[in-house]
Amino acid sequence: MSILEDTPQYTKKDFMSDQTIRWCPGCGDYSILSQVQSVFAEMGVPRHQFAVVSGIGCSSRFPYYLSTYGFHTVHGRAPAFATGIKLANPELSVWLATGDGDALSIGGNHFIHLLRRNVDLQILLFNNRIYGLTKGQYSPTSEYGKKTKSTPMGSVDHPFNPCALALGADATFIARTVDIFVKEQRDVLTAAHQHKGTSFVEIWQNCNIFNDGAFKEHTERKTRDERCIFVEHGQPLLFGDKTAPKGLVLGSDVRLHVIDVNTDEDRARVLVHDTSNQLLASLLIRMEGAEFPTAMGVIYQVERPTYEAAVHAQIDASVARTGGGDLKKALASGSTWTIPG
Amino acid sequence: MQEVAQEATRQVPRTVIDDVVIRFAGDSGDGMQLTGDQFTRTTAVHGNDLATFPDFPAEIRAPAGTLAGVSGFQIHFSSRDVLTPGDQPGVLIAMNPAALMANLGDLKKGGLVIVNTDKFTDRDLEKAGQTSSPLDDGRLEGFEVVPVQLSALTKNALDDMGLGAKETDRCKNLFALGIAYWLFGRDTAITEAWISNKFKAPYAEANLRALRAGYNYAETVELFHSGYEVPPARLAPGTYRNITGNQATALGLIAASQKSGRQLFLGAYPITPASDVLHALATHKDFGVITFQAEDEIAAIGATIGAAWGGALGVTSTSGPGVALKAEALGLAIMVELPMVLVDIQRGGPSTGLPTKTEQSDLFIALYGRHGESPCPVVAAQSPGDCFWAALEAARIAIRYMTPVILLTDGYLANGAEPWKLPEVDAIPDIPVNLATDPEGFLPYKRDPETLARPWAVPGTPGLEHRIGGIEKQNETGAISYDGDNHELMSRLRKQKVERIAQDLPQAEATGSPDGILVISWGGTYGAVHTAVDTAFKGGMRVAHTHLRWLNPLPPGLRELMERYERVIVPELNMGQLSSVLQARFARPVESYTKVQGKPFKVSELLARLQLAQAQA
Ligand code: SF4
Repeated sequence: MSILEDTPQYTKKDFMSDQTIRWCPGCGDYSILSQVQSVFAEMGVPRHQFAVVSGIGCSSRFPYYLSTYGFHTVHGRAPAFATGIKLANPELSVWLATGDGDALSIGGNHFIHLLRRNVDLQILLFNNRIYGLTKGQYSPTSEYGKKTKSTPMGSVDHPFNPCALALGADATFIARTVDIFVKEQRDVLTAAHQHKGTSFVEIWQNCNIFNDGAFKEHTERKTRDERCIFVEHGQPLLFGDKTAPKGLVLGSDVRLHVIDVNTDEDRARVLVHDTSNQLLASLLIRMEGAEFPTAMGVIYQVERPTYEAAVHAQIDASVARTGGGDLKKALASGSTWTIPG
Repeated sequence: MQEVAQEATRQVPRTVIDDVVIRFAGDSGDGMQLTGDQFTRTTAVHGNDLATFPDFPAEIRAPAGTLAGVSGFQIHFSSRDVLTPGDQPGVLIAMNPAALMANLGDLKKGGLVIVNTDKFTDRDLEKAGQTSSPLDDGRLEGFEVVPVQLSALTKNALDDMGLGAKETDRCKNLFALGIAYWLFGRDTAITEAWISNKFKAPYAEANLRALRAGYNYAETVELFHSGYEVPPARLAPGTYRNITGNQATALGLIAASQKSGRQLFLGAYPITPASDVLHALATHKDFGVITFQAEDEIAAIGATIGAAWGGALGVTSTSGPGVALKAEALGLAIMVELPMVLVDIQRGGPSTGLPTKTEQSDLFIALYGRHGESPCPVVAAQSPGDCFWAALEAARIAIRYMTPVILLTDGYLANGAEPWKLPEVDAIPDIPVNLATDPEGFLPYKRDPETLARPWAVPGTPGLEHRIGGIEKQNETGAISYDGDNHELMSRLRKQKVERIAQDLPQAEATGSPDGILVISWGGTYGAVHTAVDTAFKGGMRVAHTHLRWLNPLPPGLRELMERYERVIVPELNMGQLSSVLQARFARPVESYTKVQGKPFKVSELLARLQLAQAQA
């Protein structure tokens, strides 16, 4: 029986749970929830085949607000739980909701190992660059010098770039988006779902209580096009005002440079996005400085066998070889001897 | 060879004895564990009852020739019932001065010492910290010493094979094994078959030659005044194999998977002495077993709980330090009420402690080692073969009561071996599993009135979508609830559920005297305690023994049983953990008898304690 034939037509409402949402009014999480519910409704996956797993933190309340199967687990350890559920039940569409503290601080180890194994599931990392649920300490993505309750003189921790960390851990799918981007976020979520392997999606999320406006430049109408470059495989890396666009070119110093694109010649110099190019991904992920925009969209995507498929292939091969385990034989393995009655 | 050996055996006078304890001792690199393992297999197939005690250092290769690097393997075999690896070896095979001196103190007066004299150069003695040679300074007086030039003789036997000096010398353990086989009139066939299987040419040939040469050497030079014969034991009829605790644990888990129809998922991170459970299960993929070597102990249990949520029989195996790391996740498993088994193969602690040595010091962490009110059932295995049954029982209770269960074994059980009667597979009862499927009236925390278990509703089941998690939940609906009364209700329900397991347990009973002293033991000390109490009782002492399989809940009738005795003695390989539990629970004094030396109890130690108790009476 195909899943598709069996799938009822859903609307976003079908993915809303009966729980009262307890995020602060104005929190970026609301928009992410809304986009996820919309995308889930359109995926053609029956609702009972969704398993949403989370760790601890504001973002990790996510499963409670979806009408799917959900598991709110232990701080930082959601990747382990998600791996277990996917191995036990590879049919499920598994989604992992996590935050910058949950995934990169307390759960950093599990995060990188999930990526290197390439378990087929989606990681949604809500990056608000702050600890929300514990009331406002700096996080592993907070900028250097950040003044918070635990760093009254400013943080002296160098921050992680989550996408760069994912690339370093050999992730096979890396994307970035922003909480209030509707279309772009949905496109990224859909692409993440379609990718076979661990899809890592960093979602910049505004915590209006403890870190309000962290991504203001990237979201406000008048600066957004200057500050974001929406990358798309096979398309030139252009951004800024449509009538006077800017483009990214590769210099002989093997660094990216921003040029004004006025002529056809300029246009020809602009790099074309190739999601399979790891060097380009690395450069795009790490664009820093006022002149550079932030790469949004699917930055990197390659194919690699998934972990659960490899595990089950070994099991299937073993079963095929012996015709399935025989308990009597297993118990009697090694030398046996019989004492007559 | 085989025939020749048997031929030869017939001509030698053999003294019939019924009980032997032999210890092989050498450097970690001398292959003593392998030698002991082979001797064990041959002895088992010969029909003796037996118990083994491998004892090795934590370092894979401690500096050669030093006392720290000595690795030993003790086997107790007999024509009678054997429950312990024996207090004192009567035979010691020592490969070098360090092995000799580290073990001589344990040897019985008048015991037999077979010693490799090729390793007694000044340099060897110095490495072992000896200022004079024990071979000629009188320290071996009172023992029957059989000097053998093991290295030279092995070299002679393999001389024409063109192997390097190191490779040749590495075969000397099999030469020694050959001598031991001759000494007890044992057939070399099982080890020969094993060698042929295990080694490639020319190493198979080299090892075979060394084994046969050792046997023939003992025969032809009349190394011993007499050979010995230990007739087979009168074990119950049936088919037997030799089994270690870790092998039995792995097989018990597979049996539980087969009997419950649930896929077995093992999440584990390598740790001594638990890794062999992971290794064993990794070879059984044809049972559909998933083994997940996680990035750490926490991930191992996290994935296990995830798999349990997904409908698998989730198991995580570890030792003390791992249990500490898993504590938070185990609390979640208690909260979300999913079935899984945590196998703790105890070792000396705290911290890294004595990683290769045995201890029973994780009882407290098993019972109490989590934050909040987090009751968890705890069951303990009592012998290597019993690990099979204990693992099966842990899984059965976990599924029936929808709860994590901690299974305690220990390093002594894990690596120790005994002959094990193969169970009748068809006679092992099924483990019923009732997965929820009906959306009608489904509530994730609605409980079975008999067991208080909540339904097992597996993701992928249409119509049962629900959320679980670590936050306190409302009774029945499972919705998030911070209500104080509800939290108290849920805390009580979780506790009562674990207490209800007692309804499935047999009444506490004791063997031996109906009054006087009651000895209460648990876990891997069963063999030594039972042997000691039985011996004392048969010698006229008013003493009885009861052994606790379940530590939480305690078996029904334990209080009444304890009340029948004037005194209660609780021997444990810790600082008195069960004693504390029993005193707190029953508000009656018990006498704690403890040992934390990384070694099992000797029967003689326990007997001495009982005699002391009687003298006080
Ligand atoms: S604290 Fe910040 S991240 Fe958390 S719910 Fe409130 S606004 Fe959102």
